[in-house]
Amino acid sequence: MKNMIKHGLAVVDSPYDESGKKRTVVQKLLLGLSPSQYLLQAFRNPFNWILAAIFAIGIPILLGRFVFGLAWATSGSNDYPWGLFLGFGLFAMVPLSSSGFQLGTACEIFGRHDLEPIERLALLNGLLGYFFAVVYLLADLGQPWRLPYPMVVSFGPAAVLFLVAWHVATYLSVQVAEVSTAFFEWIGFPAGKRGVRRITLGLTVSGIILSTLHQGALGALFTYAPGKVHPLWYSSSFQWLHFFVSSLPGGLCMVITVSTIAYKFMGWRTDRRFKEALDRCTVTLAKGACMGIATYITIKLIGIAHDNKWSYLDSGWGQWFMLEIIVGFMLPLVLMTYGVHTRKMGVIRLGAFATVFGVVLNRVNTAIITFNWKLPEREIPPWREVVISLTIFAIYIVVYRFILYRLPILYKWRQQEEEVTVTEAVTAPAAGHREASPVAVASYSKMTKLD
Amino acid sequence: MKRRNFLKACLIGGTTIAMGKTNKGWASGSFEGYPESMGVLVDTTRCIGCRSCEAACNKEQKLPEPDTSFDDKSVFEEPRRPTAKAYTVVNQYEKEKPGGPVYRKVQCNHCNEPACLTSCFVNAYTKTKEGAVIYNSKVCVGCRNCMIACPFNVPGYDYESVTNPVIKKCILCYDTRLKVGKPPACVDICPQEALTFGHRADLIKIAHERIRSNPDRYLDHVYGEKEVGGTSWLYLSGTEFDKIGFDPSLSNDPIISNVKDFLGMVPMVLSIWPALFSGIHLLSKHESGGEGHDTESKEEEP
Ligand code: SF4
Ligand code: SF4
Ligand code: SF4
Repeated sequence: MKNMIKHGLAVVDSPYDESGKKRTVVQKLLLGLSPSQYLLQAFRNPFNWILAAIFAIGIPILLGRFVFGLAWATSGSNDYPWGLFLGFGLFAMVPLSSSGFQLGTACEIFGRHDLEPIERLALLNGLLGYFFAVVYLLADLGQPWRLPYPMVVSFGPAAVLFLVAWHVATYLSVQVAEVSTAFFEWIGFPAGKRGVRRITLGLTVSGIILSTLHQGALGALFTYAPGKVHPLWYSSSFQWLHFFVSSLPGGLCMVITVSTIAYKFMGWRTDRRFKEALDRCTVTLAKGACMGIATYITIKLIGIAHDNKWSYLDSGWGQWFMLEIIVGFMLPLVLMTYGVHTRKMGVIRLGAFATVFGVVLNRVNTAIITFNWKLPEREIPPWREVVISLTIFAIYIVVYRFILYRLPILYKWRQQEEEVTVTEAVTAPAAGHREASPVAVASYSKMTKLD
Repeated sequence: MKRRNFLKACLIGGTTIAMGKTNKGWASGSFEGYPESMGVLVDTTRCIGCRSCEAACNKEQKLPEPDTSFDDKSVFEEPRRPTAKAYTVVNQYEKEKPGGPVYRKVQCNHCNEPACLTSCFVNAYTKTKEGAVIYNSKVCVGCRNCMIACPFNVPGYDYESVTNPVIKKCILCYDTRLKVGKPPACVDICPQEALTFGHRADLIKIAHERIRSNPDRYLDHVYGEKEVGGTSWLYLSGTEFDKIGFDPSLSNDPIISNVKDFLGMVPMVLSIWPALFSGIHLLSKHESGGEGHDTESKEEEP
């Protein structure tokens, strides 16, 4: 894509093309390229080759899981009922997706409008993360077609999982609504966007409630199994708090990670506003994440002190635990604090990556590695399970990228709603479609003021 | 089912008032159990490891053919656990000890307050008034949460089945026998009378009576009388319970009491959060001079 833009191709960021004609959906889908141009750029991207290789192997195996059953694809053991699909796919994806409700809260509730350039990315990150957590869940459920049962057929309202199911389902629809504004802009349906905007506050508040509850509920699921999860990862009174609090830096750092990747590899798709705001937003997010991590480490220590579990630290499990805490939480805390003070963006980003790693490790540790720690043997996931997990993750990346390429997430859709008058419709596209052009910049900022 | 109803009220109604009122019913130990509950007393000192109960269960529950015959003693080399194909297994312990090997039958213990039941989000499990914990495989989604929750590692899952993988476990022969007042198949067949069927309350009396009249033979503990809120299957043993595969660290509180901290928080969040955050929103809106969304902020990062 970068090359094509160098060669004078305009990026699609408004409903009109250079000649002032309205773009069709197909044109928008192909990013304003002709089909052959589109294929060419896809073909040139080496990352696509890697993805193609993963899909070539992974998709048949993923389908095989539904044809031959769980025993064929997973370790399928009675002692370790939950493997990678849930341990990684559900328990790790969900905390990394808490960004949606956090930035929603910051922007809509606390009035932090300075974070708006990154708000949509955070909302999308939340939506996709949850969506794919459900995809992982579908791969794991013995009877995926019965997924709606807890909603419509048979209720077990006293079960924590019932809460998770309901909250994730309702929260998913909240997130779809939140992200839909970008979609409505893109397809040119201003009435829809206005409708959603009107209920934003309600959506955001329900987002906070649902997220607090189900992020915590995922932790509370393990309180059903006292003694099965290693005591260092288990706390009957604080488990839900540990999960909830660590999801906060997890989500924020995931947004830093994704925005860094997008900035590096999708520079053409970002606009000036995003680029200029990115460092500032990153610093703010990192500050928030630091607060979260500091709180997390504190309550984790309180959890250990509360049940007096210090002696466990002096064991192999204890070292593994210290590794998780030091590399996954303390180190990033130091890195990000240092980075924020010295405004060293690289250091902040490194800290954010480490936090994401730490949160994932924590969830995998709780759900798989330290689960049933008293049993003599640990279970190594079989290769098909690994391949399927990887494949679903690759699909996640592809969908993520597909949306970022098109919808106004990293850039602002020029021309909006009522303000679209005939004259503007003509001037705006004429004013320039290349970001580098000074004319475009002038008209762009004028546009921004308008809406 | 007092406690369960309370939790439901808590979650659905989400009122703090309900919490204040019924909180007493929640405190551990106040739950009286099921007065009509039946049960089985297992005397491990009488069991000779003949595995006839395994065979009887296989026949009664119409389970698939086992891999090796029920006479095969080689299965004792490794401890086994109940699976979807075998609702009960007999394990051998303490082979090297002079007193000879000890055998123990393992199956669902039919808890008074089953963790499997409280963890299932489609309510697939039911505790019947006869004390059996049965399940409805027609609604099981296959999340396997109940397997995570069961403190005795009992439910087995049909991983092999493609079209209808569900949870399977001992149901105390509910459909075919318990309902009509007959003892379970495994109890019926036991040649050693190692298994005694009866009212749970009576079984506890019998167990203590056996301990009293034979203090050298038994440890002074009836496993299952109090563990995780009590179970319908009760065990007597002459060897330390942890040596014959029991988890001695289980508390007397039912598993659900571990979850109560979180469940108690749910109505709080539901009732406090909306007001709190809408309030903050109003405040922040006022301060910044009624700025709407989507406008560039003038404020710089401090
Ligand atoms: S032993 Fe396990 S499966 Fe049986 S009733 Fe108790 S919790 Fe449920
Ligand atoms: S596996 Fe089935 S029975 Fe067990 S908790 Fe899930 S839905 Fe309920
Ligand atoms: S009670 Fe019935 S189902 Fe349970 S182990 Fe005995 S024979 Fe099998």
